[in-house]
Formats: sequence, C-alpha cells, structure tokens
Amino acid sequence: MDGCTPKLEAKHYKSDLTPIWCPGCGHFGIQAAVNRAFAELQLDPAKVVVVSGIGCSSRIPAYTTCYGFHGLHGRALPLAIGLKLARPDLTVLVAGGDGDGFSIGGNHFLHACRRNVDLTYVVMDNEVYGMTKGQPSPTTAPDWDSDLQPGGTGISAFRPLGVALQSGANFIARGFSGDLGGLTKLIVQGIKHPGFSFIHALSPCVTFRPEEKEWKTQTHASGEALTSDFQEASRRIAADDGLTTGPLYAADRKAYAPPVAPMRDTKTDLSHILAEFRI
Amino acid sequence: MTQFTSEAGTVSVAITGSGGAGAITAGTLLLEAAGKAGWYGLMTRTVGPQIRGGEAAALVRLARSPVAGHGDVFNILIALDWRNVERFVAEIPLGPNSLALADDDAGDVPGKIAASGALNLTAPFAKLADDIRGARPNIIALGTVAALVGLPIEAMVETVAATLIEKGVSLADCTQAIRAGFDIGVQLMASQGAAASFRVPEAAGAGALPDRWVITGNQAAGYGALKGGIRFAALYPITPATDLLEWVAPRFAAIGGVLCQAEDEIAAVQMAIGASYGGVPSLTTTSGPGLALKLESIGLAVAAEVPLVIFNVMRGGPSTGIPTKSEQTDLNIALYGLHGDAPHVVVAPLSVDDCVITTQWAVHLAEELQTAVFVLSDQLMAQAKAVISAPKEVDFGTKRLVPVEPKAGVYKRYALTGSGVSPMAIPGMPGGQYTADGLEHNERGTPSSQANDHHSQLDKRNDKLNNFDYGDIWADIEGDADAEIGIITWGSTSAPVREALARASASGIKTRLVAMRLLAPARPAQLAAALKGVKKLLVVEQSHSGQFIGYLRAQYDLPVTPESLRHPGPLAIRPSEVCEVLSRWS
Repeated sequence: MDGCTPKLEAKHYKSDLTPIWCPGCGHFGIQAAVNRAFAELQLDPAKVVVVSGIGCSSRIPAYTTCYGFHGLHGRALPLAIGLKLARPDLTVLVAGGDGDGFSIGGNHFLHACRRNVDLTYVVMDNEVYGMTKGQPSPTTAPDWDSDLQPGGTGISAFRPLGVALQSGANFIARGFSGDLGGLTKLIVQGIKHPGFSFIHALSPCVTFRPEEKEWKTQTHASGEALTSDFQEASRRIAADDGLTTGPLYAADRKAYAPPVAPMRDTKTDLSHILAEFRI
Repeated sequence: MTQFTSEAGTVSVAITGSGGAGAITAGTLLLEAAGKAGWYGLMTRTVGPQIRGGEAAALVRLARSPVAGHGDVFNILIALDWRNVERFVAEIPLGPNSLALADDDAGDVPGKIAASGALNLTAPFAKLADDIRGARPNIIALGTVAALVGLPIEAMVETVAATLIEKGVSLADCTQAIRAGFDIGVQLMASQGAAASFRVPEAAGAGALPDRWVITGNQAAGYGALKGGIRFAALYPITPATDLLEWVAPRFAAIGGVLCQAEDEIAAVQMAIGASYGGVPSLTTTSGPGLALKLESIGLAVAAEVPLVIFNVMRGGPSTGIPTKSEQTDLNIALYGLHGDAPHVVVAPLSVDDCVITTQWAVHLAEELQTAVFVLSDQLMAQAKAVISAPKEVDFGTKRLVPVEPKAGVYKRYALTGSGVSPMAIPGMPGGQYTADGLEHNERGTPSSQANDHHSQLDKRNDKLNNFDYGDIWADIEGDADAEIGIITWGSTSAPVREALARASASGIKTRLVAMRLLAPARPAQLAAALKGVKKLLVVEQSHSGQFIGYLRAQYDLPVTPESLRHPGPLAIRPSEVCEVLSRWS
C-alpha cells in the first residue's frame, strides 16, 4: 500500500456479522489472530480470500471483510488450490476444523501438503464435532465418552503435525487460541512462507469439551528455535504431548506453480490449434 | 411393409486382432488415408479392459460424404488373428454379402463368423510381412483393404510411410508392403468378382472439397472448450474421458491455461469451482463413477452460483460397469443427481463434429447463467476418430456479468434481478467482497434459514435458467414439416437414427426428427411445437431402462404416447432397428 492509504488495523478486517460461536469459544481468539495477522501484513482485503469447509470454525470467512468461500464439508483445500493456481496474485487463507480437515477432508490434507501450493491452512482444532453437538473427531482421545461412542472410540488420535511433515508441508507450527500474540505471529509467518503452511491452532470447545479450558495452563511453548531439519522436526514431533506450541519446521521447497498463469482474457487466437486438425 | 436396405455410398471395414496386433493402428491409418484421398470417414474402437494383450477392433466406415455413425453390417472383416474375437463379435454384424478375410495362420473360423453367411477367405498377411523389412501383417492388410474399397494406393502409402518412417522403416519397404497387400486385393476381386468388391462410388456432382479435419470426439470437445474460453481444467484420470485433457494439456501451455491432476474426483471439481470463483472459466472432466463422486460439489456450484462445466463421457454402468464401451445411461444422474431443488443445465453433443459447438455452448451457458452445466458425451463419439467438414465458426459472445465499481456495504452478490442473474464480483475487485456460500443465503450472501430468503433464492436460480433464450441450438429438427411420424433421440444415437430416416425418406416415408442438444432445463413448449401434427412417436436411446423416454414422459407434453426403441450398450443402435419400426408403421 502506498503512503497515502491509511494504515489498516485488525478491526478493518472484521465484518459486521455476529459469529454463531458460543460465548467463550476458542474460535474468537483465532479470528482475532487472523485479523491481526492481515493487519500486520497490511493486506488489501479485496485481494485476500478466506476459504473454508463446514463446521463451527468454517464460518470464519464471512466474519472477515475479505473475499470468502464457505464451501463443502472437507473440501476447502482443493477449492483453495484451484483458486490460487488460477489467481496467483491473491493471498489465500484456508481455515476449518479438525473433523473437516483431518476426517472427511483427510485425503486433501495429505495432497495439499504434497502439492505445496502457496496457501496458509489454519486448522482450528477442538477435538470434537461441535456443530453436530459433540461427537468424537479424529483428534479426540480414544477414551473420551460421548453419546455416539459410549466409553470412547478406542481409536488412537490423529497426529496432524507428523502427517503434515511426512506429507511435505513447507511450514508447520502449532498455536493456541488463548495466546493471541503467539498465534498472530505464526499466521504471519505462515502467510509469508512460500508453499503450503500448516498451522495447527488449538481452540477449546467450551460447550462440548469444557475440560479444554485447561489448555490455558496445559499448553507450553516449545522453547526451541524453528528448524529446517527434517530429522530434528521428526524428533520433536515424536516427543510432543500435543500441547506444545510455537513454530516447528520450515522447509525451502519451492512453492508449486503452474508453468503459466491462466489468461482471464480468453479471446486468444486458436488458429494454430485448428491447423493441427486440418487435412 | 416397406423394406429399407440401402447403405449405398459407404463401406464398413472392421479390423480385429489380439492386443498388440495393430488393429487400432491399422484402423487409424485407414481413416487417415481416406482423409488424404479426399474421402470422409469414422473410426470407433472396441477394446477390452487390458492395456496390452487383450483384444481390439477398429470399426471404420468410409464414404465420399460425411459419415456420422455406423451402418447395419460390416462389408469387410479383416482378422489379423481370431483370438478373443468372441468377446466383441456381437458388435461387428456381418451378412451374406460380407467378406471375412483372415490371416492364413489364423486357424478355424469362429462359429459365429461362419454362421453369419459371410464369405470366408484367408490371405498371407503374416507370411508376406516376414519377407519385407519393417512390415507387419496389419500394414499388408491395409494394402488389401485399399484395393477392395477403391482407395488410391498412393494415399495409403503416403499415410503409412508418414508413421513408419519415424520408426526407421524406409519408404521403399513401406511401398513394397502396401503393394503386396494391394495385389492380394486385386487378385481377390479378379477371382471373386462382386463378392469381393466394395468400391465406394464417387459422390455425384462433387466439386472442390471443403475444409476437412481429422479429429476425435474428445479432441473436438477440448477444442470447443478452449474456444468457449476454458482456461482452467482439473481431473482425476478415468476412462474414457482422460484423453480429452491429455489433448488440452500442451495447448494450455501455449495459450495460457492451467491443468491440474487432482488427488480424487471431488478435488478435481472443487479445484474447478475455486478457479472459476477466481474469474477463470473452468471445467472438470469425468465419466459415470467420477460423476457420482462430484455431485455434492456440483450442487455447491449451483447454490453458490459459480460457473462450472462438467464434461462427462458416458460408459457402461452402473458401478465400474464397462469402462471402455459406450452407453447413454448417465442421463438420470445428470438430470436428477443433485440433492435439493438445484436447477442446472444438461447438454449433449450429437456427433464427433458437434462436440465442438456443444462444448463451446456449454461454457457459454455456464458463464452467462452462473451455474453448473453438464455435458454428456459418450465413449462412442468421444473416442471415435473422424474425417469431418470443418464445423461452422460461432461466437456466442460469452461474458460473465460482473459488477461495475461495487461498493462495500451496498453490493449484493445474490441480488434479486429481473433475469435472475446477478453481477458476480471477482476477487481483486475493491468493494465487491462477499462470501460465496453453499448454505442458503440472503441477497448479500449471509447464511439464512428463513423461509422467504430460501424461496426467493430458489426462484432466482430457477428463473435465470427458465428466462434464458436458448435459441435454435436446443435441438436439430429435421425432416418433413407435415410428417405424422416423429422420432426423438439424443447423443451419438442420432447418427443411426438420421441414417434410418434418410432411407425412409428415399422410400417415400415422411418423418420428423428431433435430436435434442439441450436436455435440461426442459423446454416443453419448443418440443411441442417441433412435434406439431405428429401422430406416431418413437424415442430412441441406448439404455436398458429407458432413461430418456422416462424423462420425456415426465417433463414434456408429448402429442401421443411414444414407443420406445432401446437397448443397453455396448451394442450400438443400428439404422435397421429404426427402419423396422418405421416399416411396421407405414
């Protein structure tokens, strides 16, 4: 932005819609961190697209003043990839929940990490399906009791950081909705880092997982510097209790980009193609 | 009872062999040589599921005027060997006037071939090939076919040489191979007379040849998509659709387009929706099983009003079905597969050359109406290669409606307008920020579960399709205006129906044909006008259950209860099947 344009503040990225979230929901903290990150980067809201799937957290696009796409459950990543490949000039941020990203959209998560398109993916993880009223998600501990799975699922929890690392994500971090400053910094880093940035954002569900309010005291900063060493990142993930926060890993893989950007002016002369068919 | 038998002016040649014998290569070269000689033709293929070592047949029909489909019988069957021929012998009908010419070493003539009454002879294709460097039995056989159908040997030599010289075969050896086969043909005609002569008569009053192309249906569709403005495409590989984008991929690189091979069918359609939301006309290709996976996403494009073209090449179903063979049975899923009330467009090309304009039109409709447009091609035309007259150039004036200087807080993405189409802001446009949503929403795009918002947005999405003027392109309406016999068909089945009606016309039977290109939204008034005065009605389709006739009876006011002529794939509808009904009626 040029010097004459007034500086954008976090509030300029906040729309006039009132979120559907419960009072005390962790998602408010993540929304605030996203807005602060946009302000820190002075992004033009007209050149940012927030893409999401379905779930409580996926309501976030309309709560910004940016362009948004609130699509289908689990399908935010491929939609965002298509958009970014078509419009490399835009900043694309993808947000959603743990069920959306790791269960129904799990395959897209693997391949988005692999493909390494320049996107930032914030998963607002509350270890529960909140919108459908309290079913276990992929990140729920196996012994968590619920109406649908009395006594627990008996299935070990999905470990997103390890999967992201193995699948090729270019930037990996974990934040906590209660740590606004720390999370903002991670989102800024993620947006600035080329390729696919994955930010695992712990976000308590105060309604269905009230015990997650304790994350405030249980989360702990890693204290270790960001590494670009795959082995070292693997070691840290192996030792992680799931509540370690901070930047973890940044690789220097080149972001995937097609050889040419698509032309939005489609009045191209095709006579050379026609000539291929002619006898 | 009237008999229609004429297939005058055409010759049909089937070339069969086990996988790797070069049957498909030979068919392709035969078609290209015919094109070089100034003829027209069509080649379809019937192959098994194996990549190598299966069975294959090239089905070629040649004429001096455009050929859209196959006839009733094959005049010549070239068997490079008889292995596995029983797997597709039903798709190659022979008659007492046909010639089945097998290699000397092919062994016993299969029972069904012998029972057809065809003249069974053998020729030393393999033996002759052994003596000529670089030659193979299929190339020798091509020389023979050239002689039997009256194709100039020079055109055949030139075509074969263009392929074989790249593989290190000399022009002299190519010429010798074709000549050796040609001599077999000449000897056969001398010894067998009319039983082995299938020369295609010159077209009466033929002047200068028009501009002609050699093209497959999928290539024609790819070209139509580019002409329409498609600059982003995503797919998950699936037979028989993949070759469309394989053709597009290098052309995209040249003209500025992006192709993405997605991790699955759902990702592919989502990528196309994302790119289109970004302002780039986008398409995804698939076939039946993939279409089933994409449906939820297509509903999103309808609800969020994002232009999207879904190009679906139909194959035998249900489930994995018959991936390599044709059937017209994805009609129901395309018409009715979306959940909720989700008005959308379904169009279908009628032939190989029609794939150009129908696909171009599909892009136009998607962009103009900001909705999902299905294109239903089928394996028969998609993977057919044809010599066609260059299709007419059409400019639909395609343009997506965008807002002019939208103002934040004022701009309404889903505004209720007279036409139902509302200006669509494109990311990057200041003041146009909105959130596209698959949740029901109000005019601004804010999610809403209120009855009035739901009702008005349902009206809007329906009105924009119903208020649109689709023009004459919705169907090809041909024949006699005062005919009392009407025939309705769609897709590649139009070709045998047209041929049947031409035969009927030659016998003095008046008919009227409606070959429908626009399948949804239904246009009952137009169809009623097209069928005015019709007292007998036949609906022709390649489906076991009668999906098309079921749709017509549900959505249209037909003048009379129609009769159904149908059967499932992979057997094509033959002109004689239509003629049988007409002769019963006249």
